[in-house]
Amino acid sequence: MKTFVCLKQVAARDSTLRVDDSGRWVRESDLGYEMNDPDSFALEEALRIRETHGGEVAAVSAGPARTASTIREALAKGADRGVLIEDDHFSRADAYTTAQALAAALKREERCDLVLTGLQSDDMGFGQTGVVLAELLGLPHATIIVEVSVEQDHVRVKRELEAGWFQDVELPLPSLLTIQSGINKPRYATLMGIKKAKTKPLQRYTTGELGIELSSSQLIRRLYPPQKQKETKFLEGAADDVAARLVEKLRFEARVL
Amino acid sequence: MSVLVVTEQQGGKWHKMSWEALAGGRQIAASLGSRVNAAVLGADVGPLARQLAACQVDEVFAVEHELLGQYSPDSYAFALRQLLDQVEPNVVLFPHTYQVRDFGPKLAASLGRPFLSDAIGAKYQDGELVFVRQLFQGKLNADVTLSGEPPFFASLQSGAFRADQLQKTETPAAVTQVEVTLSANDIRTRPGEPFRESKGEVDLSSAEIIVSVGRGIKDAENIPLAEELAEALGGEIAASRPICDNGWLPLERQVGSSGQTVSPKLYIALGISGAIQHVVGMKGSKTIVAVNRDSGAPIFELADYGIVGDLFEVVPALTKAVREAKES
Repeated sequence: MKTFVCLKQVAARDSTLRVDDSGRWVRESDLGYEMNDPDSFALEEALRIRETHGGEVAAVSAGPARTASTIREALAKGADRGVLIEDDHFSRADAYTTAQALAAALKREERCDLVLTGLQSDDMGFGQTGVVLAELLGLPHATIIVEVSVEQDHVRVKRELEAGWFQDVELPLPSLLTIQSGINKPRYATLMGIKKAKTKPLQRYTTGELGIELSSSQLIRRLYPPQKQKETKFLEGAADDVAARLVEKLRFEARVL
Repeated sequence: MSVLVVTEQQGGKWHKMSWEALAGGRQIAASLGSRVNAAVLGADVGPLARQLAACQVDEVFAVEHELLGQYSPDSYAFALRQLLDQVEPNVVLFPHTYQVRDFGPKLAASLGRPFLSDAIGAKYQDGELVFVRQLFQGKLNADVTLSGEPPFFASLQSGAFRADQLQKTETPAAVTQVEVTLSANDIRTRPGEPFRESKGEVDLSSAEIIVSVGRGIKDAENIPLAEELAEALGGEIAASRPICDNGWLPLERQVGSSGQTVSPKLYIALGISGAIQHVVGMKGSKTIVAVNRDSGAPIFELADYGIVGDLFEVVPALTKAVREAKES
């Protein structure tokens, strides 16, 4: 089994988000970066498939140069090699643009059996890069996957539907799956893994080398904090005092107790 | 110029977000000064198409084929491409359902077009259609435009448009049967019948009071803190996705896009940041209380009462205060 797992590097969960002077993006100097949390489940699933069926896991990402650290993290956790399509533009690229770049890089690689992605990114939240990538690569796909079992020439997956419903789907190989968060428990990198990662191959491409021109098909015109939908009454003070006042408000103001 | 709303049904039953998408479609069409049409796909959609026709639309397209009886991304994308070729709409709108997430971006990509997902609003401004999307887990909003030529594809978030704004019309719109060509060979995946796993023993949707926990609870050991508060209030305990993923509470207690949708009288969110996936499941609650360490957490955008602080101090105090109030 040869699996490509697509990873994105995103602003760390606890980053301070401030709109920059252009009014169209966040101040990147404020940000720390980490592997997109949903993607870590896709990586773990790829590693588990390799452990059962043998083969190779390649971690691929499109991002600025800093993204190499996320690929190294994947290598430290056990991926065999990395592919990075490097361009500053990717930090705010839309899903279609990113999928085009990933497709161009994967077409350069040997035929694989599976492509895995996370469900969505914690920054842009498009939730569609995998689906678009499948279309551009001409692969069948299934989304929001909570179980994967690889059989001879096909893969059986359990898809999550809404409101507690599920569905089993059978797909031929190769195909692309977007993995639901929580499908597994992602492993931590070991010290040995981190050491080994330094010597594992990382193939870098520029967009020029892949012959792709980056253009944005979704343009952010303005970025701003959301308008409050309600006027929140904030209660401050010692816990006992706050609790007593809240109960009073719930009883006599909101009348829900 | 026309706006096309692609509705969703399964086994002859509407997905209720279809009506919200239709309301969104009407609003967007009104701002563009264009017609609004609706499409419904399936094996047998006659009765559904007639219902749609009475809902303030200009024309209904009934896309029928036996291979559309069971959803697959290939069959839906293939059929809709044929519909788009015939109708040539400028804007194509969908409800942002799991199913649309599965085929919508594929459909758009097959035409070399972007797909704007999960919009919470739309306006026509300076000659351009501007959509509003949430970024960074709902912490920031963005006004977004799509470049290039129509059709423009977008999906609308649950609750972003109000279905109750739709009215029934006395003269129904025309229903057009749309012929599509599909063969079994076009469908590369083999979908099974949908099934339900949990017995659905917990019906949170009828609960009047819900105490819900998120990542801020930190450890399974701390869940009883929230359970005691729920018990004191006579309410149900619920959780955001990460808590159920960790197995700290059963999956059937999950609120959000992949769990249950609730609208209790009182919803108390403990250590829940307010990511979109959770919010869509609880924003219809009458009164919302949020306790969170982070004053910038998006949950405070929709809370009626907010406590910025340590839930490990606040929750026991609250349980005590509720018990005292009930005894008095």
